[in-house]
Amino acid sequence: MQHISAVREPLVTGGKTYHDVTQDVCRQVEAAPNIRWMAAFGVALFFLGVFFYSIYRTVWFGIGEWGLNKTVGWAWDITNFVWWVGIGHAGTLISAVLLLFRQKWRSSINRAAEAMTIFAVICAGQFPIFHMGRPWVGFWVLPLQNTFGSLWVNFNSPLLWDVFAISTYFSVSLVFWYTGLIPDFATIRDRAKGKIAKFSYSMLSFNWRGSAKHWSRYETVSLILAGISTPLVLSVHTIVSMDFATSVVPGWHTTIFPPYFVAGAIFSGFAMVLTLMLITRVVFKLEDYITLEHIALMNKIMMVTGSIVGVAYITEFFIAWYSQVEYEQYCFLNRALGPYWWAYLSMMSCNVISPQVVWIRKVRYSITFTFILSIIVNIGMWFERFVIIVSSLHRDYLPSSWAMFSPTIIDVGVYVGSIGLFFTLFLLFAKFFPVINMAEVKTILKYTVNDGPTYGGPNYGGQPVTRTAAPAPYSTPGVPASAPVNYDKHNE
Amino acid sequence: MNSPAVSSAGPVVQDTHHTSASKTKRFAVGIFDDEDVLLQAVENIREKGVKIYDVYSPYPVHGIDDALGIERSRLPIAAFFFGCCGLSFALWMQIYMLGFDWPMIIGGKPNIAIPSFVPVAFELTVLFTAFGMMITFFTISGLYPWYKVNVLDARATDDKFVLAVELDDTSSQLSKLTTLFRENGASEVNHKEMTNF
Repeated sequence: MQHISAVREPLVTGGKTYHDVTQDVCRQVEAAPNIRWMAAFGVALFFLGVFFYSIYRTVWFGIGEWGLNKTVGWAWDITNFVWWVGIGHAGTLISAVLLLFRQKWRSSINRAAEAMTIFAVICAGQFPIFHMGRPWVGFWVLPLQNTFGSLWVNFNSPLLWDVFAISTYFSVSLVFWYTGLIPDFATIRDRAKGKIAKFSYSMLSFNWRGSAKHWSRYETVSLILAGISTPLVLSVHTIVSMDFATSVVPGWHTTIFPPYFVAGAIFSGFAMVLTLMLITRVVFKLEDYITLEHIALMNKIMMVTGSIVGVAYITEFFIAWYSQVEYEQYCFLNRALGPYWWAYLSMMSCNVISPQVVWIRKVRYSITFTFILSIIVNIGMWFERFVIIVSSLHRDYLPSSWAMFSPTIIDVGVYVGSIGLFFTLFLLFAKFFPVINMAEVKTILKYTVNDGPTYGGPNYGGQPVTRTAAPAPYSTPGVPASAPVNYDKHNE
Repeated sequence: MNSPAVSSAGPVVQDTHHTSASKTKRFAVGIFDDEDVLLQAVENIREKGVKIYDVYSPYPVHGIDDALGIERSRLPIAAFFFGCCGLSFALWMQIYMLGFDWPMIIGGKPNIAIPSFVPVAFELTVLFTAFGMMITFFTISGLYPWYKVNVLDARATDDKFVLAVELDDTSSQLSKLTTLFRENGASEVNHKEMTNF
């Protein structure tokens, strides 16, 4: 039972009963796919085709299909890799860090956010693998004795740390996500009518019955997984940033990279969570679970991390000047005023300026603004990685080898295709898996205001509890009714 | 009342009418609508000296561990053990490979460079902890991919809280339990026979 302040909206609105939650979430799993889902899936499959074609060209004809040259050896591929890994971070933040901080609102978004993490890491993994040029010998990154003698991998290399970090991150996130799914698969299994559905969800549910002892262990397991995932998620982007920071390239050789990259990752990840959630809540009619308050809270996290990123950008500039290293100084001036000024400008305006509008309350609670903002931030964070990677490389110590990078159509194809891969996986997830963690939402359903009567939760003897009978929170003009308001009650 | 309430090691009731090899257990099953009612019921029923077989709920009911007398899980110890395994394995692997098996001279730097072994050691610690703990959890809880799952009441994964008490041979027990469950707020009391449960 939740004790909720009178000025707050409950975490789940509409006075839902336990059975309502089951119905609302299982509905799209059990129903035939609707036309909007099919249309979206068709588009995603088309872009998946683009991905496969571009990868085929890359593997068959070699890395020459990409726009790389001798000076700019890392460009779109690594940009996309870092972008996707960063997006993944929000899922773990929501599922692990917010669990440790007891932020109960995470319950209705953690499932989809964790799914996003896993699919984003899958997309990220494609880029380093295909950048190897010979992906079929990709297993050489593992510490295996090779056939040419007992030469091992170099554990001093940040690129190898990355192999361990990303693969550990992927497997641990998968385990965390699947553990959370088991009770919900059991719910679907017990409702399933068709033979195939019954069989599949029985297998997926791992014989789960909801026994008190199992629940007790399950909670222990969740807490420990959250506890180890929290340093893990911080370590992953730290190690990704070390791919750059441990080098001696001006613009990369920066000690603030780890926290700066982690903040950027959470920033872009929350933008992607918002993009996905705003669509999901409408398509699956989950407005009572993913409320405007959720959107506002995520907006706030996005604004905070966006501001941290902004401070990091300015710090970099200051340190370049303060260090008196001319290469460093040139690199940063070249970033802002050189041939890639437009990328720098996009990064600055999308990542530093645009999230500041969230200070305005109406924007924070506006679905349209939030959606536009989330797209802008995703674009901005892509440009951030592009700026860091390409603008640092394209003018190195030797002016005779200065070069420009421009992507080929295959570069674009792999990138756009990876978005297709992501959405193919996400749409399959949304159709066959419960998009909301039913078991966890049920724990926050029953609530009371000022120790008054209880709302939501059980059905009393077949009689539904009084829905929407909860006292309506105060409202401010211009803010939709389901927003928590009345912070400034004394002004009335 | 000192015996643990949840015990699968209770006497197995053999169905005397059928001499088949399959074990059949008989249960009095109380269905509850509300977690708070359930918690109170569990305490009252245990006070009467009735041994509760298990409670099935759609979500973790906080406080049920104490009410049922479930001991705190020792999974954190297992997790710590697996973490130590991961850490030692990672350090051994890196020190053995780069320090002893095939030392490489890289800029005259030490072969056993512990600071640069930290990231891999950390990642493997986390990996071993997560997988070791999950495998332990599934094994001790008997959770495997299963085709036929025996459930006492399918609503236990939806919106009902199911309290099960295993019945012995005395026939009057069921009616007594029915009254007891009803008195404690059960909305429904059923009699279930489960094979291979």
